[in-house]
Amino acid sequence: MTAGSGEVVLALRDVSKSFGPVVALRSGRIEARTGSIHALVGENGAGKSTLVKIVAGVHRRDAGEFLLGGEEVDFGSTAESKDAGVAVIYQEPTLFPDLSVTENIFMGRQPTGRGRRIDRAAMYAETERLFARLGVHIDPRRPALGLSIADQQILEIAKAISLDARLLIMDEPTAALSGVEVDRLFAVARSLRDEGRALIFISHRFDEVFGLCDTITVMRDGSYVDTVAAAGTSVDGIVSMMVGREVGDLFPKTPAELGEPVLKVEGLSSAGLFHDVSFEVRAGEIVGLAGLVGAGRSEVARAVFGVDRYDAGTVTLDGTSVPKHNPRAAIHRGIAFIPEDRRKQGLVTDASVARNIAGVIRGGLSRFGLLTGSDEGRAARPWAEKLEVKTSALDMTAATMSGGNQQKVVIAKWLATDPRLLIIDEPTRGIDVGTKAEVHRLLSELAGQGMAILMISSELPEVLGMADRVLVLCEGRLTADIPRDQATPENVMRAATQTHQEASA
Amino acid sequence: MSDVTIRPDEPHLSTAEVERLVEPSRQPRALLWFNTIVRSREMSIFLVLVLVVAAATIKTPSFLFSANSWRDLLLTPSILLLLAAGQAVVIITRNVDLSVGSVLALTAYLTGRLFVDNPGIPIVVVFLAGIAFGAVLGLVNGLLVGLAKVPALVITLGTLYIYRGLVLSWAGSDRINASDMPEGFLSLGTKSVLGFPVLFLIAAVVVGVVGYYLHSHRGGRELYAIGSDPDAAVLYGLQVRRRVIAAFVLSGSLAGLAGVVYAARYGTVSAGAGAGIELEAVAAVVIGGVAIFGGSGTVWGAALGAILLVTIDRALPILGIPDFWQRAVVGGLILSAIVLDRVLSARQARKLVEAREES
Repeated sequence: MTAGSGEVVLALRDVSKSFGPVVALRSGRIEARTGSIHALVGENGAGKSTLVKIVAGVHRRDAGEFLLGGEEVDFGSTAESKDAGVAVIYQEPTLFPDLSVTENIFMGRQPTGRGRRIDRAAMYAETERLFARLGVHIDPRRPALGLSIADQQILEIAKAISLDARLLIMDEPTAALSGVEVDRLFAVARSLRDEGRALIFISHRFDEVFGLCDTITVMRDGSYVDTVAAAGTSVDGIVSMMVGREVGDLFPKTPAELGEPVLKVEGLSSAGLFHDVSFEVRAGEIVGLAGLVGAGRSEVARAVFGVDRYDAGTVTLDGTSVPKHNPRAAIHRGIAFIPEDRRKQGLVTDASVARNIAGVIRGGLSRFGLLTGSDEGRAARPWAEKLEVKTSALDMTAATMSGGNQQKVVIAKWLATDPRLLIIDEPTRGIDVGTKAEVHRLLSELAGQGMAILMISSELPEVLGMADRVLVLCEGRLTADIPRDQATPENVMRAATQTHQEASA
Repeated sequence: MSDVTIRPDEPHLSTAEVERLVEPSRQPRALLWFNTIVRSREMSIFLVLVLVVAAATIKTPSFLFSANSWRDLLLTPSILLLLAAGQAVVIITRNVDLSVGSVLALTAYLTGRLFVDNPGIPIVVVFLAGIAFGAVLGLVNGLLVGLAKVPALVITLGTLYIYRGLVLSWAGSDRINASDMPEGFLSLGTKSVLGFPVLFLIAAVVVGVVGYYLHSHRGGRELYAIGSDPDAAVLYGLQVRRRVIAAFVLSGSLAGLAGVVYAARYGTVSAGAGAGIELEAVAAVVIGGVAIFGGSGTVWGAALGAILLVTIDRALPILGIPDFWQRAVVGGLILSAIVLDRVLSARQARKLVEAREES
């Protein structure tokens, strides 16, 4: 532990939080002092956001100590934490699009005049003052709708400043900002620090962490690892603390014969999401798409499959081009897509297992336009058996199954279409360890049968263990293409956090 | 670096338009006012209303220029005005209150019963009783919506039937007649002050007060915030549940007031009073430019929507449009209001993004 000079504003010790069976935070620990900017770093899923949400009053901790200004607190709502002087800038700005920029800043605490009437003139003037201090030019009267992410972020910061908070937490505020905007934000952060406030800064960009912060706390897998002084450590030291776990034999990817390229993506661009992304996936190959949250991984996958539009570039499958924005055509050509949020996008949770599995091949099953339950059952059975979906009956509804079994049902559903290319986004999120291995075995087996697989994953060990090749996206650009034998946690992490200061943003 | 894709088919905005969209403060104050008023949704509804009245008056001059016609023009929409004001507040929070017709029936019948059972009861007390009873019924709606986490559409559809059932079993085939109510009360339905019918004045005051509150008070602005993004409202630390409950209480009280007004205006109350009027209230609000998913629109707009809806109902027969088509016209109006809403907001969003790229 490093001893800071200021007094302790926030102290968390051994704080834990679980959501059902999923442990999001095992033992969170941080100490933020006045006049200090404290970095909180860790991989995706290390528990940083959960910790922030506990401090913000969004979640209640299950156990542990939570002291604010030396007093034990327990926030049941965001209003309580706000009143206690905590301001949080979330990764995703939370704004009211219909209302003006000014109203967004002052909602719930607008300056009032006679008869508690809102004093709009004072409100606009105060907003002007805030923006002037931040050095930005945003019209106080314009609606929040249509603001760029950077401006939305600025708005959040203006809000936090106007709250006069003693503790300011910024959860990846720079993810969408350009170099100039980041510099401006840092100047503001430093001036807030010098005023004697405590700041917690979450970022994946190490140059920023070292440029701005004096103390760094590292988290891994929901647990506290260490707190060090920024001056006494290096990027390599931090990275090794972040990834410090062995890549075991948990992920049994068996080498497969690589065939012809199945998927070819060239120059794929979508304004504001990703730029000039080109890669290919061969038959029998598992390509891992790594990157941090918000790097554009899912967006690329959705564009390839045709759920979202893209501005430029081509997608070809087995040499013929796949039409834009047409998932039906993509399915027809042999692309299967298993989205990240399976409860929402991959599964009809209220329908039976059989109906879910038979869902995408319904057209081929129906006779005279009619589809019977027994037809669905017949089509679904072999797939469910193959995947060892543990369900007593195929007519059981999907909602009642475990996460792992749900994922298997989703995979079964797509295998029934006999795809050439499988795009799978976060294949094992929220799945217990045992089923995880089964899903991995299955993916490996499918690749062995000549299927091309594009796997998006936030879990570094999973990517390193499963993928024949690792593509790394950082802020919408491909920053690395690393073959299996050269992929290490360090070089993937480095590519994922590499910033593009030189690129015009 | 050429990551800016050029799309030649995209219309480019003029500097003035960019300014209007993203830098309204730069415009001269007068232009700012002009833009907010003339470009408002309320203004266009008002113009449609003027057109409808003008057309009907040209066809039959007595539509506007006769002893009773001016009074009718304002008096007929009074009840719907009250309901629309309450409904607008609820819809702005991304909810809906379908029970208002049944609440109106309950309080209208209560009004009659109070006069029958307590001869000589002051009229003010009857008004207050109606409003209070409506507030209680609204509170039930609000608590159910706030606590049960079931969409308001379903909750208030349920209370629509329950409240209607209550009035049916309470009133039975009984009917309150004009002779049961005091002259002083019934004359409210016909009296005018300075050329304005009293009932219209009541409704106008209500619309004015509610509209002012929504525009200029914290509580009112929070209702917009809640409707604009309920999740963000929670993160802001707003008292979402309490505000939503309050919106339902307001809607209930105004429906209660509308029930009393109904009794004064028509003089007879049966268990079937106000059946189906809840949909007219929703229609008025939607026509008046309140987004059905909340967050935008005004009570003034909803009020104009209510007047337009009622006036069209009266004008179409005069314009010689057959019965069947009259309903269809109202339906068309609702559909076009919603389509217009979607188109306008999509266009606004697109233009704001364009303006961002060009500025």
